[in-house]
Amino acid sequence: MQRGAPTISSPVTDVLTSPAPRATPDPDTPLGALHAYVERLKSGELGSLPVIVAMVGITVFFASKTSVFFTATNFNNLIGQVAGTALIAIGVVFVLLLGEIDLSVGFLSGVGGVCIAFFQTQGHGYSVPGLVAVLLSLVLCTLIGAFQGSFVAFIAVPSFVVTLAGNLALQAVIIRWVPQTRSITIDDKYVNDVAGYYLPPAAGWLVAAGISAAFGLSIAAAFRARRRAGLPTRNLTLPLIRWGLVSAVGFVVVAVCNHGSQHGVPISGLLLLAMLVLWTWVAGSTTFGRHVYAVGGNAEAARRAGINVVFVRLAVFMISGLMAGVGGVVLASRINGVSSDQGGGPLLLYAIAAAVIGGTSLFGGRGRVIAALLGSVVIMSISNGLDLIGSSSWQKYVITGVILLAAVAIDTFARRRQQGVGR
Amino acid sequence: MTDSQTPTLQLRGVSKVFGSVQALTEVDFEVRAGEVMALVGDNGAGKSTLIKSVAGIHPFDGGDVYFDGTLVHIRAPRDAAALGIEVVYQDLALCDNLDVVQNMYLGRELHGALRRLREPEMERHTAETLDALSVTTINSTRQKVATLSGGQRQSVAVARVVMWNSRVVILDEPTAALGVAQTAQVLDLVKRLAEQGIAVVLISHNLHDVFAVADRITVLRLGRNAGVFERADTTQQQIVHAITVGITAVETPAVRA
Repeated sequence: MQRGAPTISSPVTDVLTSPAPRATPDPDTPLGALHAYVERLKSGELGSLPVIVAMVGITVFFASKTSVFFTATNFNNLIGQVAGTALIAIGVVFVLLLGEIDLSVGFLSGVGGVCIAFFQTQGHGYSVPGLVAVLLSLVLCTLIGAFQGSFVAFIAVPSFVVTLAGNLALQAVIIRWVPQTRSITIDDKYVNDVAGYYLPPAAGWLVAAGISAAFGLSIAAAFRARRRAGLPTRNLTLPLIRWGLVSAVGFVVVAVCNHGSQHGVPISGLLLLAMLVLWTWVAGSTTFGRHVYAVGGNAEAARRAGINVVFVRLAVFMISGLMAGVGGVVLASRINGVSSDQGGGPLLLYAIAAAVIGGTSLFGGRGRVIAALLGSVVIMSISNGLDLIGSSSWQKYVITGVILLAAVAIDTFARRRQQGVGR
Repeated sequence: MTDSQTPTLQLRGVSKVFGSVQALTEVDFEVRAGEVMALVGDNGAGKSTLIKSVAGIHPFDGGDVYFDGTLVHIRAPRDAAALGIEVVYQDLALCDNLDVVQNMYLGRELHGALRRLREPEMERHTAETLDALSVTTINSTRQKVATLSGGQRQSVAVARVVMWNSRVVILDEPTAALGVAQTAQVLDLVKRLAEQGIAVVLISHNLHDVFAVADRITVLRLGRNAGVFERADTTQQQIVHAITVGITAVETPAVRA
């Protein structure tokens, strides 16, 4: 019944200031919201605070070590590095919301890339246009997700085992089809443009303006919907502050991208933005998203409430497969081809760590899609910084491992804290 | 409270067997609109079996179920839901990670095109339902259920079933885990349900609670109906006697007081 832009407002912007429970003092005012935020922190709902603290620390540390880190060109480079991991991590967020896990997303993204490379390569007998190859690859990845998910949904095999087996099988596929030490090159312009094309500066500004306008409209639509339903409308100060922050972030990012040596926003960044908005909407504003949270929070209660738990589980593993495929497109596009180690290395760990570091609980039911972005930014900026100061890969592994462990420890601690607060 | 009124839900001679265990034998049971019928009995007396069968979780093996005087067959939970029979189980079946509104509409969310949730409407109806039941202890309907007290959680679980135009509400040990003040809150809520014309079945071990709110009391003993009592004409000793010893071992269906 409500018209207007979908209300993506709250899940996205909860990062900055969540709609607070109505306690004393009135959380509709900025001061009250601050009070409510502190209360939530005390009760173990840390939100994105650890990420913000970590990012400040990371930036200060690497900027003091190397002059290259805090530059526009490196920022643009970082977007490209973040995009692939974050896209995969979006799917991981959904799986974690259910309280499940998907250990196959690394090599699944690799299979997605290999599939594209195969279908568009001249002389392999397929050579379809690049975008058709991408479509085929995404369908394949979704089906692989469905296949794995069906074991979890229908016969309740622990997802840990199913996807660990899937991880091995998918790695086998890559080893079988990509010659050792040789990569398959992707020649298709459109595929390579996903990570290699940068918007003209003017188009970048338009995108930033579009984000600002769309976000403003969604706030207005939510406000109007509440008034029309006869609910007390909230004080507009907080939404306006949020709108200002989001707009500012949008314009600053575009400004920095335009200022770097590539002179523009990469397509992969836009793709990531579009996917974040889409899946944030699905998770936060649709019945399906609500059911994902419900199943993750209390599967038995969800079942008794008439929610089709089997369908929700299956669909979530399909989303995970699809997003691994989308991430695979970006990763293949970045190197204009696929290697025999496509999707391997630390990618799986990065994607899962990103979701958890961003604030998604491993225990199900808590987290937001934006966590995929926040966590990826933390991990990839560390990886990026360590590369710049010339660290070796063993050091990167150790540090990433420590961060993952810290994130899970914080999550576990926060969960215990929350249980303590109830009753 | 006259016998001439047709019971909303009436069971006649229902039985249930699990393997070699006769859980229910020829049990008669009824509840009328606007009354609180307590269902009491010792552990293993068949209370849980009775309500689970009414809820369609495992259907009766024998006997008849009448709803508003019409013979009905309840074979699955959705049959019970379609009739307006709702059960609030002891574990409440709430999602702690969701807020009050989200729990109230769990599985039956209002949505528009593209399955988009209609949050403002759901929030308003939730507030209205809580108001109608005089549940004033919940500050914000956007509070996560994890942050609520036991009594508040019970209120949410009860309000949830009331919102769906239920005719029969079965409460399984609603006060078992609660302190004194919260028990009083929940018992108040039980009375208000009946005042709204709902047929309420209250399962409880606590005879004090039963005598505080029930209009009539059905006693189950070893899977049989050991008597139906008018609360006003009965003492706790009589009920205890019926629960532990039974009235007259042979005489079922039971004496109507």
